[in-house]
Amino acid sequence: MTDAILQVNGLGKRFGGFVALEDIDLEVRQGERLGLIGPNGSGKSTLVNCVCGTLRNETGSVHFAGRQLDGLAAHRRTHMGLARSFQLPRPFMSLSVADNVRVPLVYTAQARAPATGPAGRLDERCIELLRLVGLDGKARRSPRDLTQVEMRKLELARAMAAEPKLLIADEAMAGLSHSEVEDIVALLLRLNAEGITIIMIEHIMRAVMSFSQRIAVLVSGRKIADGKPQEVVDNPDVVRAYLGQ
Amino acid sequence: MAIPFDLLVNAIVAGLLLGGFYAAVTVGISVSFGMLDIVNIAHPAFIVLGSYLAYLLNASAGVDPILAAVILLPAFYALGAAIYQVYFVAFEKHGQEALRGLAFFFGLLFISEVGLILTFGVDYRYVDASYIGPTWRIGFVDLPLRMLVPCVVSLLMVLGLHLYLTRSFTGRAIQAVAQDQLALQLLAANPFRIKRMAFGISVATAALAGAFLIIIQPVEPSIGREYIGRVFAICVLGGMGSLPGTVIAAVLLGIVESFTSTFYGPSWAPAVSFGFLLATLAIRPAGLLGR
Amino acid sequence: MRSWTFTLLALAAGAVILALALAIGSDYLFFAGYVVLQFVVLATAWNVLGGYCGYVNFGSAAFFAIGVYTTVALQKLGANPARYLPDALSGLLQPLFPLSIPSLVVLGGLVAGVVGLGMGYLTLRLRGVFFAIATLAMAVVLQTLVINWPFVGGARGAYIIRPESITFAGLTLGYIEYLFAIMLLLAIGALCLARLIEKSRLGYGFAAIRDDETAAEAAGVPTLRLKLIATTISGALMGMAGAPYPYYIGYVEPGGSFGLQYAVNAIAMPMIGGTTTWAGPLIGALLLGSLQQIATVTISSAVNLLLVGVLLVVFVVVAPKGIIGLVLDRRRMRLAS
Repeated sequence: MTDAILQVNGLGKRFGGFVALEDIDLEVRQGERLGLIGPNGSGKSTLVNCVCGTLRNETGSVHFAGRQLDGLAAHRRTHMGLARSFQLPRPFMSLSVADNVRVPLVYTAQARAPATGPAGRLDERCIELLRLVGLDGKARRSPRDLTQVEMRKLELARAMAAEPKLLIADEAMAGLSHSEVEDIVALLLRLNAEGITIIMIEHIMRAVMSFSQRIAVLVSGRKIADGKPQEVVDNPDVVRAYLGQ
Repeated sequence: MAIPFDLLVNAIVAGLLLGGFYAAVTVGISVSFGMLDIVNIAHPAFIVLGSYLAYLLNASAGVDPILAAVILLPAFYALGAAIYQVYFVAFEKHGQEALRGLAFFFGLLFISEVGLILTFGVDYRYVDASYIGPTWRIGFVDLPLRMLVPCVVSLLMVLGLHLYLTRSFTGRAIQAVAQDQLALQLLAANPFRIKRMAFGISVATAALAGAFLIIIQPVEPSIGREYIGRVFAICVLGGMGSLPGTVIAAVLLGIVESFTSTFYGPSWAPAVSFGFLLATLAIRPAGLLGR
Repeated sequence: MRSWTFTLLALAAGAVILALALAIGSDYLFFAGYVVLQFVVLATAWNVLGGYCGYVNFGSAAFFAIGVYTTVALQKLGANPARYLPDALSGLLQPLFPLSIPSLVVLGGLVAGVVGLGMGYLTLRLRGVFFAIATLAMAVVLQTLVINWPFVGGARGAYIIRPESITFAGLTLGYIEYLFAIMLLLAIGALCLARLIEKSRLGYGFAAIRDDETAAEAAGVPTLRLKLIATTISGALMGMAGAPYPYYIGYVEPGGSFGLQYAVNAIAMPMIGGTTTWAGPLIGALLLGSLQQIATVTISSAVNLLLVGVLLVVFVVVAPKGIIGLVLDRRRMRLAS
């Protein structure tokens, strides 16, 4: 029985009078591939923000690799091995594409395992990471020169640069073409094969179905389903609330 | 230490009157920063500008300072609208970092202060009005008219603004902009024009606040800097965009400053507002009546 | 270019400048040059927090004044330690006084750095906007404290007697030349430090914070710690720039030390020169500083400050990346075409 690497218990978050998340229980096992789906505004990104420390949840708790995360700053959670990409890309605009990836590299991966070689190795690693998402040709460019789709790929590359144990990909494939989606799914599967637990948040059902071992569904801040992909997809509540659209 | 009761009551009353005045000083920031998220640190400089213009009209034509401010309202509104125009085109449209906006307003603050020094010199200026000398006495309570009149007019002004913001269509549009720009666009109201109007109103309040200031005390060009801390402290403590909150916070700060002044000396007053600001930001950033 | 190479080149350039100045031998050159170099330090210091990290400090004058008044306080203490300290302590410390300028610089930097750290700790968890306002308020509060502190002269001010000359290692320098040399060294140090930071891991972290603090946190950057480092370094450098000032000017009073010219210049010079690199504050300080020295003599000091304010607003609106930004943009456009 593999242990849960991420444990969310009774998590709740409100913004003033608006309840964004209510009583969320979620368990993700080590090495698992979890898909998280739901309509826009259902709280998926808010959940990610609370798990990763960008937002503070009011109720409930988050445990990662056995440690309780509540109150821990976001950068510490990243150091512990929790990485995420942002749904709306947030690149470092004044840095080059390669340097965007360099920041998490030197502040997380390197900080954890300071077996550094000369600076050249760092540059190599940056290019390597960019190559995985197909951006190595634009390494020297500014993020301003990237298309929306390329910025999403950069987001993913940044998350990977932190050498996480758990990677949360928040709508990394929005706007990609059919073959690009397949490339990213293949990439995520490869990362998973190396031992990285992955949570995929997506609207592209094809990708979610082909990738996930398990799917959780959020609607209006509550989890309404959690199980094997085929079961979830056939669940009438899920069909009514989300898939039927 | 036994505090003499009449001294205590007078300190509180003085604080209340001061607080009323501070409300007028702050209400412009409550609109520009609290509602529009524009860090107009030059606001106190506009107030001082208002003071000097009131002084000019008073010294040359004997116009009552508050009346002078009312005359100046349209000009200040236009100034605010013009500044917002530049601000919008230069910064907001591109979603630029706050750094440049701050530097911009700091530059305006600075230009205003130095401009006043060049025009009027560094000497203190004051106005003449019939209510500046006398003091009403109710029992042992002193009510200097030069504090009472601005306080009353100030509260009227804030009340008027509050009614405007909550009852009129454009006023409510301003409040809506504060909360959700997108919604406003969907309603086919133009956020740019609404915000420009709001910012114009914000600067217009500086004209009146300036008149109040020079009635209460003599002014010199750098006096605005003391008010930056106060204004933002009150704005934050009052819950950012909330006008009633602003009044309560202003009165609170006024009383605390009055106490400090009475029992420790007036030169410590600026430190009080700073302490207030830090305490508020540390303990309850949402303010007393926070959103 | 490696950092050591740069440092050596900068020191060599400094030596050349000093030698030239001594050869020309004009006192005015030393007096004016000191002010320009002082602004190089202040602008560079401001830029570490403002340009690199994106956190605007409006209270540069306060940190500068901390350096000024640390010197004043220490010299007053040193002139008569028995009056302020218990006998054993004063006897121990007496031979140390009067403190040399380099020690004063270090001590001024230390005090200012600690104040920067403390203030940062209180305010940096908040939005950048509140930090900026807090720095403004702090400047006013510090000025109030100094005015109410008779030990350093209060509102009346304090006099520091400047020696005629100083002799060490067999070399005799006029005192103003000595002060110039110190400020030159400080400017070189500040520039080398800024460049070192810029190219280091710390520099990447700062840039990430400036561009998107939330994303920086998510990428593993310890944002609060880095911001505190920036505030401390920035404050300390400004304090160091202020420490020799009492000897330069001879008479300090709160109005002048907390004066307008420090607040606006510390911001205007990096913003006009260019905020993302070490060279920007240098260019801004050299240009604006020299301009102001000329203007003060020919027009008036208030008008020249007005010009600085206007230039700041114009540049912020029209050319936000400063002079360096304009140059780089033109190069990029030429390369692209």
